[in-house]
Amino acid sequence: MTERAAVEGLRSPAQGLCAQGLTLAAARATLVRGAAFHLRSGELVALLGPNGAGKTSLLRGAIGLMPRVSGWARIDGQDTDRMAPRHRARRLAYLPQNRPLAWPNPVRDVVALGRFSHGAALGRLRGADRQAVERALAACDLERLAGRSTATLSGGELARVHCARAFAAEAPLLIADEPVAELDPHHQFRVMDLIRDFVDQGGGALAVLHDVALARRYADRLIWMKDGRIVADGPPAETLSASRLAEIYAVRGRVEGDRVEMEGPL
Amino acid sequence: MRIAFAALILACAAALFAACLLGSTPMGADRVLAALALGGDHGDRLVVLHIRLPRALAAFAVGAALGASGAALQGLLRNPLAGPGVLGISAMASLGATGALYYGFAALSAWAMPAAAIMGAFAGTGLVALAALRTTSVVTLILIGVGLSSFAAAAMNLMMNLAPNPFSLADMINWMLGSVANRSLQDLGFAAPFLIAGLGILLASRRGLSALTLGEEAASGVGLNLRRQRLAIVIGAGLATGAAVALAGVIGFVGIVAPHIVRPMVDHDPARSLLPSALLAGLILVLADIGVRLMPTASELKLGVVAALVGAPAFVWIAMRRRSVHD
Repeated sequence: MTERAAVEGLRSPAQGLCAQGLTLAAARATLVRGAAFHLRSGELVALLGPNGAGKTSLLRGAIGLMPRVSGWARIDGQDTDRMAPRHRARRLAYLPQNRPLAWPNPVRDVVALGRFSHGAALGRLRGADRQAVERALAACDLERLAGRSTATLSGGELARVHCARAFAAEAPLLIADEPVAELDPHHQFRVMDLIRDFVDQGGGALAVLHDVALARRYADRLIWMKDGRIVADGPPAETLSASRLAEIYAVRGRVEGDRVEMEGPL
Repeated sequence: MRIAFAALILACAAALFAACLLGSTPMGADRVLAALALGGDHGDRLVVLHIRLPRALAAFAVGAALGASGAALQGLLRNPLAGPGVLGISAMASLGATGALYYGFAALSAWAMPAAAIMGAFAGTGLVALAALRTTSVVTLILIGVGLSSFAAAAMNLMMNLAPNPFSLADMINWMLGSVANRSLQDLGFAAPFLIAGLGILLASRRGLSALTLGEEAASGVGLNLRRQRLAIVIGAGLATGAAVALAGVIGFVGIVAPHIVRPMVDHDPARSLLPSALLAGLILVLADIGVRLMPTASELKLGVVAALVGAPAFVWIAMRRRSVHD
């Protein structure tokens, strides 16, 4: 399946995010081995795999936040390792797994930080920056909360603030590391709907998810990872099966059409 | 906000004028104004231009440097308890300056003292920044600051212990207590280039501090060059703190307290807190120095002593009110 990714990557190498033969290590442990994948506009890709499979490392390595042992990753044909952070940020918005907020800033200011790469300074938003921030606030249904301090928000509201921050960049690509972690089912759907809307409007999104049913429901393509390798990459109908769940997560599960059910550990 | 900022600038100007007005020689506002305009009586000019004004400007400059450094370090480390004093940077700068006094370099060249203080500040800031690369725990950084401060204090004690004569001992002690008394315009001139460079670097890189609100990972995600940002703040804070210590010795806590007061007024944005923090800290020190001069004590109180007496409890108060969620 990784070959398929490689072939697709070669077909239009200059489009979106594309990684080949990516091997990443920290300390002495190899975290990701020879991974290849691509992300284009107009698709929502879910990255699935157990804890410690190397999902976060793969994303960080692909966008140049982590040194590589070998392989390459490019955005629109440009190596992410050699891109200035500012330029990369204009093409790809990144929502990391840990989203600490150091200060109790107002919601609008946090969202405005998404415009950092465009040179926006807080409290002095102008023209395009201001409009992008207002659009992102509206898209995430945050207009009412725009003046509130982030310290007073619930987890679900905060998740929307972070999404709005990522959307405000108006970058064509979005990478979200566990965007729905620790959210109740209602807010999981809301956040996934936001990402889906982003994709429907022409964006390309890659999201790490742990809820296979949610991935099945929203994603156009699933990338499956285990032990630092990408073991499968393709549409849900082709790559999601009971045996896949057993292989990846070591769980007994049932897959019937759109329905995914986990029955217990293997 | 804009009104508050204008009021702050006015208050600074008023405090500086008051510092020129008040003192042991009674002088009316008209005579002070005349002297400031380089006119008036020769004696008045001497008192105002060579004693009171340099002292007031030194207090303001020291406060501004410490306030801006504190606000910048707090933004970089994402913690309201960070500051040049707590992180051991002031103590290391002080060690450098004391070394210059002890070895007699200070007598050789007027540049020796600021240079030595800045080298000390760089050593301190560099170590703290190095540690900040390895850990995100501010508790660890503050403990490193405690270690640096203790080391600097021990090394300074050693120099006093080995002081060749009582005069150099008195020199060192006087200087360590922290004061802006008897500073000349020349003293200001020697510290000024470093101070201005440091403040300039801090102000120029302040936008990145806003991005750091999101944490380092997301900050680089939105396009911040983390390494460059860290370097800029470390160098800027090192230069400014070093220059402040060279000018006045160690003046503690004003660099923590001023940003703390300013922050809620600028929506907790570290970038926007930089300039008002500098002005407020300058204002606080000018006022404190006026207080020190007017207080009817047998020998004049040292500004550094008063700053610590007021600032340390404020620091404890800030620390106690802090919810320990982020570390």
